[in-house]
Amino acid sequence: MSDNATRREQILGRIRTSLNVDADSMERLELVADRLEDHKRNIVPDRASGTVAQNVKQFCERMEAVNGTVEHVKTPSEIPGAIANYLRLHNLPQKIRRGSDPALEKLPWGKARSLEVAVGAARKTDEVSVSRAFAAVAESGTLVMTSGSDNPTSLNFLPENHIVVVEAGRVAGSYEDAWDVVRAVYGDGEMPRTVNLISGPSRTGDIEQKIELGAHGPRRLHVIVLNRPSSAK
Amino acid sequence: MEPTSKNFKSNAAGALTDAQLQRALSNVPRGFVKKRADAAAALPEFEQLRDQGREIKNHTLEHLDLYLEAFEEKVVEAGGYVHWATTAQEACDLVVRLCLDREAQTVTKGKSMISEEIGLNAGLEKMNIEPVETDLGEYIIQLRGETPSHLIAPAVHLTKEQIEADFRRTHTELPEERNLDEPASLVYEARQILRQKYIDADVGITGANFLIAETGTSVIVTNEGNGDLTQTLPKTHIVLASIEKVVPTLEDASTLVRLLARSATGQDISNYTTFSTGPRRRGDPDGPQEYHVVLLDNGRSSMLGTEFQEMLRCIRCGACLNHCPVYQAVGGHAYGWVYSGPMGSVLTPNLIGVNEAGHLPNASTFCGRCEEVCPMRIPLPKMMRHWREREFEKHLTPFAARRGLGVWAWFAMRPKFYQRVTRWAARILKWRAGRSGRLANVPLAGGWVKYRDLPAPQGKTFQQMWKERDNV
Repeated sequence: MSDNATRREQILGRIRTSLNVDADSMERLELVADRLEDHKRNIVPDRASGTVAQNVKQFCERMEAVNGTVEHVKTPSEIPGAIANYLRLHNLPQKIRRGSDPALEKLPWGKARSLEVAVGAARKTDEVSVSRAFAAVAESGTLVMTSGSDNPTSLNFLPENHIVVVEAGRVAGSYEDAWDVVRAVYGDGEMPRTVNLISGPSRTGDIEQKIELGAHGPRRLHVIVLNRPSSAK
Repeated sequence: MEPTSKNFKSNAAGALTDAQLQRALSNVPRGFVKKRADAAAALPEFEQLRDQGREIKNHTLEHLDLYLEAFEEKVVEAGGYVHWATTAQEACDLVVRLCLDREAQTVTKGKSMISEEIGLNAGLEKMNIEPVETDLGEYIIQLRGETPSHLIAPAVHLTKEQIEADFRRTHTELPEERNLDEPASLVYEARQILRQKYIDADVGITGANFLIAETGTSVIVTNEGNGDLTQTLPKTHIVLASIEKVVPTLEDASTLVRLLARSATGQDISNYTTFSTGPRRRGDPDGPQEYHVVLLDNGRSSMLGTEFQEMLRCIRCGACLNHCPVYQAVGGHAYGWVYSGPMGSVLTPNLIGVNEAGHLPNASTFCGRCEEVCPMRIPLPKMMRHWREREFEKHLTPFAARRGLGVWAWFAMRPKFYQRVTRWAARILKWRAGRSGRLANVPLAGGWVKYRDLPAPQGKTFQQMWKERDNV
C-alpha cells in the first residue's frame, strides 16, 4: 500500500472508530447514496420565488446595491454599440477581449466601428473583458459564469473592467434554480471545471474595515441584460 | 507556528495597554456587529436556515467517512488527486514535495487557515520556495512576519498608518514621495505589486470553505478575487482542506453560503464564490493543468463522538470573534495560536492539547453572545465549560484557584453553616459600605476591587429572599 493509501485508511478508520460505525453498514451506505442522488432542496428564501420579470428586476436591484451597473437592451444587435458607449463613458480604450461563446461570436461587432475585439484568455495588458453569463440569480444579484472552451475564467478576474451579457430568460430566482440548469446541461453530479458566482466588482475591507473597490479583480462590473420583449412575461 | 497560548494572561495584559491595537480593535464592534445584525434581519428565513445548517453538518459528520470517500471518487473522476494527511507536519511535507517536484520558485496563496495550521509558509521558505500571500490582509501581515489575528480579517489589528509604514519599508522600488494617506492608495499599490506575482507563480494554493461530495468540487469564497487569480493562472492548483469541510450536495452548500457571508460581513453572498472541479478540460483556454486536494485530519477525527463533535460544524465566519467582549478587548494574537476568539478557545485545545491551550477556555465571561450569533448554533460556552472541567481534572488549574474552589466546596457542603456565614457577610458588607453602597476594599478580593468598586449587598442573602418569597 502506498503512503497515501495508508494514511487514507488511518483517517477513515479513526473516523469510524470515533463514530462507532462499521465501514459496510448497508443502512448508512444507502442513506448517503440516496442523499447524493436526490440532492433535495433545503429552505429556499421566499424572495427567490418570483416570475421571470420579478427575477430580472430583483437581480438588477441587488447587483446595483453591490456596486455593479446594469443596462438593458432589446436586441443582440444593440450590444456592440452599448459596449462602445460604456467604454467612452468611462474614458477607456475602445479595445476588448472576449471568449468565443457562440452568442458573442454572432453579434454584429462591425456595427461599433471603433471597437477592437480580441478573442481568448485574458492577458495582463487587457483593460476590458466581455463575457456571457451562463445564468444569474435574483436573490443575491449574482452572475453565474461557467468555464469552457468558449468562456475563459481569466476574463472574469484579470482585467480592471468586466462587461457581462446575460439573457433575461436566464435569470433564475435562487442558487438551487441555477444548479438545476447546470445539471440539465452538464449532467447530474457533473460540473464544468469552474463555476464563478459573481456579485459586484472586487472589493476589500482589510484596511480598517473601509470598503474599497478593485482589490484584485475588476474595479468595475457592468451587466448588459438582453431583454427581448417576448421573453419578459 | 510555536503556540504561546499558555501565556494568554500576559499576552492579554500586553494587548490591553497597546494603544495602536486598541484603536484598531475599536473598529470591530462598529463594523461587523451591525452589518451582521442588519443582514440577519433582512432575511425572514435566517433563523430557519441556521437550524438547517446545523442539520446538514450534523448529518455529514455522522457519515463523514462515506462523504469523504464519495468526494474523493468524484475528484479522481474529474482528473484530480486527493492526498490524505493525518498530521500538520505530514500535510506541510506533502505540499512542499508537490511544489518541489514541479520545480516551483514562486507560490501564490489564497487565504487559508489550514495553511497557518500546518505552518506552510515556513516549510516552503526552508526549501527556498517563495510563498506570496495574495489576500490583502494576509499580504500585509506576511510583510510584518505576523500571523492572522482574525479568521476573515487577518489584519484587523492594524491601523492604516502602520500599513503605510510597512509598504514604505518593503516596496522600496516605488518613489518615496508617493501619497499613501488613503486606504484606496494602499489597496492600489498592493494590487499593482501582486499582479505580476499571479502571473509568475508556478503553483497556486487556496483553502476551501466547502467540499462537495456530490460533484467532487472545492468551494472558495472571497471578496477580492485574489483566490481566483491564484488558482486560475498557475499550472498547478493545490487545495488545502480539513476533513470536516465536506458537505453532501450543491443544495447543502447553497444553504451554508447563505449563512456564511451574512454572519461574517453582513453581505448576502461574498463577491466571488467559486466552485472548482478538477483540472482544466480539453479545449479550455485557461485554468490549472493539475488539481490536487490535501485532506487534513490533525486531531479532528478524534473529536467525533465526543462532547466536542459539534465544534466541527464551524464554517469559520468569525461572528463569534466579532461579538466576543474578550476578543474585542484583546484581539486575536493574545490567544497565541492560529484560531482565536470563542471558536479558538474550543478548537485549539483539541488540536494542540489541553496542556498547551487549556487556559484559553477561561478567556470567557460566559455572556453567551457567541452561541447566539453562531450560524451553526455551536454551543460554544458549554464546550468551554467542558474544557474547564478537564483542565481541573488534569490539575492544570492554578493553585490559588484550586484552593479557592476547595474552600468554597467545603462551605457549600455544609448548608447550615454556609447560610449563617453568608448572612453575616451580607450584613457586615452592607454596614461597611455605609451610604455609598459601594466597597473599595474587600478582604481576599484585592485584585478584583483594584479596578472597580464592589456594589454592597442589600443586607439579605438570596436564600433568605427566596424563603420569604415562598411564604407569600
